[in-house]
Amino acid sequence: MRIPEQIKRLTLVIAVIVAGALLARFYVIPRSLIAMDLHRASTVERELAKPVKLAGSTACQGCHEDQYVKKSKGFHKNLACEGCHGPAAQHAEDPGAVKPPAPRDRKFCPLCHAYDASRPTGFPQINPTVHNPLKPCIACHSPHDPVPPRTPQACSACHAQIERTKAVSSHALLTCTTCHGVSEQHKKAPRTAVPTKPTTRDFCAKCHGQDSPQKDPPKIDVSTHGGSYLCWQCHYPHLPEGRG
Amino acid sequence: MNKREFLKGLVLFFPAGGVLGALAGEVGAKESGGKEVGAKEAGGKPDGKADDPANHYYGMGIEVDKCIGCSRCVEACKAENDVPREPFFFRTWIERYVIKKDGDVNVECINVKGKGGKETVQDDPDVLRTFFVPKLCNHCVNPPCVQVCPVGATFATKDGVVLIDSKRCVGCRYCIQACPYGARYLDPRTKTADKCSFCYHRVRRGLLPACVEVCPTQARIFGDLRSKASRLVRFARMNKIHVLKPSLNTEPKVYYAQLDGEVR
Repeated sequence: MRIPEQIKRLTLVIAVIVAGALLARFYVIPRSLIAMDLHRASTVERELAKPVKLAGSTACQGCHEDQYVKKSKGFHKNLACEGCHGPAAQHAEDPGAVKPPAPRDRKFCPLCHAYDASRPTGFPQINPTVHNPLKPCIACHSPHDPVPPRTPQACSACHAQIERTKAVSSHALLTCTTCHGVSEQHKKAPRTAVPTKPTTRDFCAKCHGQDSPQKDPPKIDVSTHGGSYLCWQCHYPHLPEGRG
Repeated sequence: MNKREFLKGLVLFFPAGGVLGALAGEVGAKESGGKEVGAKEAGGKPDGKADDPANHYYGMGIEVDKCIGCSRCVEACKAENDVPREPFFFRTWIERYVIKKDGDVNVECINVKGKGGKETVQDDPDVLRTFFVPKLCNHCVNPPCVQVCPVGATFATKDGVVLIDSKRCVGCRYCIQACPYGARYLDPRTKTADKCSFCYHRVRRGLLPACVEVCPTQARIFGDLRSKASRLVRFARMNKIHVLKPSLNTEPKVYYAQLDGEVR
């Protein structure tokens, strides 16, 4: 059988085209363009080359030993340093160049500790609008070893209601003996050895008078404020912001 | 030009191109060959078996009851991985589930601006239960995103991490559609898909992923499924484990403990 001339030529042309395509596939196109394993290896390489920005708590421990020890005993023992202070790998490499920020305002702590119904039951939460408004959290709680201000058990055993009231007031940080003189006898004979109470307006003025060295307490002019009334006739000292 | 001349030209032209191409290909092959050796050294880590990725298989455990919804993980992830700061690009995010008495389920991402931390559900009597669920890429054993990628830009490494080749990705968004967990987003700067990488650069250096590192309540646990001593395997032993959307057979490697049935 005779193959027609045009078929022969067409076959030749097709063969050449196929050969060209194969040549292009295996020689012209570089392997780096089509080989998946190379792409994946280079992706992994690129991924591994990314800089680490959070150094990890062990990196902090070396220099900030005192904070680390303090934190390791408190409720915040499982918190990473960088959870509050932000990514600090740069600071770990060159401590002088970059200082990680320390959140000191009232906005930060409520991120975890503001009351939220979705939070697990038992997680310590407060209502930021009524819990000592405007006072920075770190005024009462050390972030590295956070404990609520404590009234000595010797007082709170009997005066639990006062303790609870005072704990949420702006007087939370004052100890009982700041205002009350308590003799040892009071524990044994509470009704005969009665603790002293402040008796003069000048006592409150030690903090709230205009010439007081204390910075935080609100200031009043003792000679005119409230006329002849005593301070505690209007303000309840265990909850001064309450409306008695 | 008649047909005969055209065909002759064609026959002559193509072999000429082929010869030139072959020369170019030889040069290219040399270049890529060199690269291949380099890649093998970097990826394989000849020093010691411990670093061989084939010996590991990474996963994450999440204890839902421990999550307080503080979003420290989201912040750390954004800082570590240079995720766009706009509040709709997340490699990991937290969802608030509110289940009402009449059966209504309300889900919202608390990291989206205007909602985060402000709209707290304050003891609504209609609320039956409410909780936070951290979410991220599940690094599925059978990842739908890998199946659909038309250019093979996303793949699973030997140690079980699904990665994206940002140089190969063409930004077609097919994987974003395919992911049943909504874990992917299109990076507006590179116009390529992006998602959680289990902080692969940290993990291979022996560090924990950023979100696990900063979680204040240890709600997230990271570990190697191949090592019986890893925290993750212990977590899986000690808890009843559930994964998201098990019916899809994606076999997620993010394991949830105490997961509510309403979580999707």
